[in-house]
Amino acid sequence: MVDIRVCKSEDIAERGRRVVQIGAFEVGIFNLRGRFFAYENVCPHFSGPACQGVLAPLFAEGVCEDRTSLGRVFDPGGRMNIVCPWHGYEFDIETGAHPTDNRMRLKPVPVSVRDGDIYLSVPDRRI
Amino acid sequence: MDAKGPDIRELPPITNATDTRDYLGAAAKQALMHDDYEIIVDMDAHLQEKGFWPEVMSYLENDVLRYTADNMMNVAATPLINTQPGLTFQALSGRIPHQHGQGAEPLDATSGVHRFAQIVQRCIDTLGVDYQIIFPTNMLHLGMNPMEGVEVYLARAYCRWLTERVLPEDPRILGLIYLPLNSVEECYRLVNQYAHNPQMVGFTICSVRNTPIHDNSYMKLFAMIEETGKPLVFHAGPHWDDPSFSQLNRFISMHALSFVHYNLIHMTNWIINALPERFPKMKVVWVESGLAWVPFLMQRLDHEVMMRQSEAPGLKKLPSDYMRDMYYSSQPLERSDMVLTKATFERMHAETQLMYASDWPHWDFDTPSTISTLPFLSDQGKRNILGLNAAKVFNIPLKRMRPRARDVLANRTPFAPGDTHAVSRSSPEFVKAGVKAGVTV
Repeated sequence: MVDIRVCKSEDIAERGRRVVQIGAFEVGIFNLRGRFFAYENVCPHFSGPACQGVLAPLFAEGVCEDRTSLGRVFDPGGRMNIVCPWHGYEFDIETGAHPTDNRMRLKPVPVSVRDGDIYLSVPDRRI
Repeated sequence: MDAKGPDIRELPPITNATDTRDYLGAAAKQALMHDDYEIIVDMDAHLQEKGFWPEVMSYLENDVLRYTADNMMNVAATPLINTQPGLTFQALSGRIPHQHGQGAEPLDATSGVHRFAQIVQRCIDTLGVDYQIIFPTNMLHLGMNPMEGVEVYLARAYCRWLTERVLPEDPRILGLIYLPLNSVEECYRLVNQYAHNPQMVGFTICSVRNTPIHDNSYMKLFAMIEETGKPLVFHAGPHWDDPSFSQLNRFISMHALSFVHYNLIHMTNWIINALPERFPKMKVVWVESGLAWVPFLMQRLDHEVMMRQSEAPGLKKLPSDYMRDMYYSSQPLERSDMVLTKATFERMHAETQLMYASDWPHWDFDTPSTISTLPFLSDQGKRNILGLNAAKVFNIPLKRMRPRARDVLANRTPFAPGDTHAVSRSSPEFVKAGVKAGVTV
């Protein structure tokens, strides 16, 4: 593995992202509530460029205590998804998992912040 | 760990202004898997009329309708078409930018090539297909248009626009003659006018209509079509205004059912009224309903026909046998349970009856890898489904027209020759599917 400096942490705004190509390796880096998450830019569904899609709030089914429905509401926990632009597959920014079937996941890439810089740990053979 | 600084290229967000070649770049990597195949045909891709509607309207052969359309153009994207409001949910609240077409995509204004032809060329080169057959999108619902004559005049205008403005740009772009079933006389006219055009490779009935396809008034039309040797293609579509579907409160529900619904109706009428016996040489194709409905209807009709033969006395074999004689497009290929997918392929004789379709630029499009990564298909079966079957059905010459996938990649993005990470044979979906199907992926 090789550590690659990508950018300053301040370059990626809250609820923002940066997608980079390093050799043949494409990675999306996301900032949610000051924490950084990184995934390979390959949708596990059909290899679409998932990390280049829109970032959308997780929707929830609003069900009351009496089991009546409010319809769809934003997730009260403020969770955000990465949406693959090919087919709309959604993945939680913090876990990389599909909200319905968490066996379907983006492949994580180790990311760290040191001295205000963001680093990715990338396999040598991929760059 | 070492810290070093290789070249880093930033990849921008994908929007409806993204170049199709970048949008579909991962498909070009997948195309390496089947780059040696003789021919690949995408038998169902779509025009998004919005960007080209003024041009199509200029071909309207009705002064009042053209005047009406001209004066609606600033308030409606596609005047005269009865697009339902609910269908604008297709793009999932902006999650899937390509759904409405690459409307803001920069094109080469100096090339002299028609804008739509440029978009198609970018798409087929990147998907790695030799030919693409174009269908309309909003016009799929014209069969439900309450205005008398609109379907007739729009069918004429569409066929003229396609044959005069688009098809001459590139022999790889193919079209179908739109049959406005609201007027069988007009259908005769369009058959006579365009059947000889080698790039108009068949006839399409947009299935979203409440028209009994077995009505005697259509028999002369079907005889004319059979005589041409070109196929009759039923293209399904969504419709939220059907009384049954109006109970469904979300787009996903309506979409999942209605595309299948209309082809179920027409297929049932086609078989029970013994049209395969009356038109034995007719090639009939069923498009954009996926495949899961096929074994369902086979079993259902076989079951009932055996008990109620007197209501289908024209049949000389089981409905499933007739269905196996017909042809189908693959998209949207249901792959969530590969055991069922495999069984479906076997029951419908997919290796000879199925044809690949992308449905690009719609939100549930399929790349050719949906076929080439199927774990249970033989290599010959993949070649047939990806192109050889369509070449036979649509009389397309067996000649490679597409660029090499490696050249497409080299011309667009930096690419490491050893990189296969975009080929998702090892993705959880395929592994799970392979285990279920008892095969090694």
